[in-house]
Amino acid sequence: MNPLLLKSFTASSCIGVGCSAIAASLARGRSGLVPCGFETVCLETYIGEVAGVDAQTLPASLQSYDCRNNRLAELALRQDGFLATVADAATRWGRDRLGVFIGTSTSGILQTELAYRERAPDTGELPPEFHYGTTHNSFSVADYVRRRCGLTGPAAAVSCACASSAKVFASAQRMIEAGLIDAAVVGGVDSLCLTTLYGFHSLQLTSRLPCRPFDRSRDGISIGEAAAFVLLERVPRAADEDAVLLLGVGESSDAHHISAPHPEGLGARLAMQAALTSAALEPAQIDYINLHGTATPSNDRSESQAVTSVFGQALPCSSTKGATGHTLGAAGALEAVICAISLQAELLPGGTNTRDVDPQLSAYYLTENRRYPAQRLLSNSFGFGGANCSLIFGLAR
Amino acid sequence: MSALAYVDGIGVLGPGLAGWPDTAACLTGANAYAPAATILPMPHLLPPAERRRTGRVVKLALAVALETVAHADLNPGATASVFSSSGGDGHNCHEICAALAEPGRVISPTRFSNSVHNAAAGYWSIATGAMAPSNVLCAFDASFAAGLLEALAQVAAERRSVLMIAYDTEYPAPLHAKRPIPDAFAIGLLLSAAHSRATLASLKASLTDAPAETLREPRLELLRTSIPAARGLPLLRRLALAEGGETVLDYLGDTRVRVAVASCR
Repeated sequence: MNPLLLKSFTASSCIGVGCSAIAASLARGRSGLVPCGFETVCLETYIGEVAGVDAQTLPASLQSYDCRNNRLAELALRQDGFLATVADAATRWGRDRLGVFIGTSTSGILQTELAYRERAPDTGELPPEFHYGTTHNSFSVADYVRRRCGLTGPAAAVSCACASSAKVFASAQRMIEAGLIDAAVVGGVDSLCLTTLYGFHSLQLTSRLPCRPFDRSRDGISIGEAAAFVLLERVPRAADEDAVLLLGVGESSDAHHISAPHPEGLGARLAMQAALTSAALEPAQIDYINLHGTATPSNDRSESQAVTSVFGQALPCSSTKGATGHTLGAAGALEAVICAISLQAELLPGGTNTRDVDPQLSAYYLTENRRYPAQRLLSNSFGFGGANCSLIFGLAR
Repeated sequence: MSALAYVDGIGVLGPGLAGWPDTAACLTGANAYAPAATILPMPHLLPPAERRRTGRVVKLALAVALETVAHADLNPGATASVFSSSGGDGHNCHEICAALAEPGRVISPTRFSNSVHNAAAGYWSIATGAMAPSNVLCAFDASFAAGLLEALAQVAAERRSVLMIAYDTEYPAPLHAKRPIPDAFAIGLLLSAAHSRATLASLKASLTDAPAETLREPRLELLRTSIPAARGLPLLRRLALAEGGETVLDYLGDTRVRVAVASCR
């Protein structure tokens, strides 16, 4: 593929609102996971909650979009000068020449969960103030971002479970390549809700402790929430030296099971190989992998096999989910931004919370930060339904 | 700028519409359209355990995907795929939200696994062994055109064949009052980068603010406006007419999609 420029990027998660806060947390190896006190949830688990989401307000013209998920989107859009850069791009390219592709798994479903508690006792009707389309529907957040940025080009929510906001990079790249758009706002937004907290609990996939990716004692995920956005456009002739580029995208399907990964990580391997092919790179040209690394026993085992089958056992890799929690549909975009921060800060983040790397996993897992001027990083995102996506980012220099 | 692709296969299932030949005859006026509840076949493609677990949305998407690839004379799972649905499985969603409103909050792990928007794409991959990329979109009422544009961009940028399925099922009460989709409806298109023996027509799509084409037959027009996936019916009508022509499809408000159709038969 022709590389694309990350013209602007921002992220907000439990380890920080905005890139500099996230970079500071990564540099300190700080985890944002805390015992679950979300809403009325009564589960013994840790979560990664973003501070200040409920206090966020949406513009008056977009009040019908008001829900936790869109408040989180709004909070993140306001960081790092992102909205101003998008406005500038809209002026340069035209409002109809910018696409919007946002990954989400549950969007504003919390609004429906709350509305179901308020059903009319006699008729069972949902309360009149509940708006399905602008809150719960998966497209709500993409529609919100498009309207908030004043854009009129193509838009969609990509909803492939936990691979959603990695796949938005592929959608945008193809649409730019096909000439339908000149630039795109891509990103991922997923917020805490009862469906995922109780749902992953029902599958016995949540840990009672902060999640410990690749640890011998790992026993499940910690659910987090995040919003992350990137403005993608074609690489100009003279890009800044520390500009971050999207170099490759690779996707595959597991064809195995709706909620369990392929045991040998075959689909994951295909996605990583496809990303290398798309970037015209050899495995040895990758300096680090930001793993999907959810901390379930089977996910980490299958990903470790896939990674070592492509890259061998010497490539440093880690999962930042010990710090951020698993932010589900937002994970791909959040970890893309973390990759961009890692490249610019010349810091490979060690996996927080992991003390005792599982000797059965042969991938070279970093438990401490490493100062290293990496040129190219790969990020993995895999989801239910067997959706896999790998992205490669690199510095322009 | 416009994106070009060849149509190698078509599938349709909806209220009173059992497959592409039947639908084509209704759209050209050769047959009268008689609305009737959509009949969804069992997904025999799936292993029995999975078959029992799947809801209407998966049955619908798999049935139309199968018809589309068969029409293109391809093996199921031979291509990449794009699934686009305006909202996914409303019945499953209702059961989960109802359970979460009860004091115990016990939700079924199967229901939770099936609640992902990409369930149909996942089951299609499992059923056919397809390991090619699959993307799954939602654009509310714009989901048909969003899926079409994603598929066309894949054909243009990757030079690969793409199976595109736009599909919607009804929501049960009380969600139905907030999202009144009346029944199940889906359209499938097999799009390719190159002309082949299977090619039926070529498509060229671009964005426009021109008004969307409506259907003259009032009951088909009602179908078009009441189910998001049926916003693609004017395109199917052009594909059914031997002479082809141009149509405009609803998309995002004033942003619509113009599609020029040229018959290759």
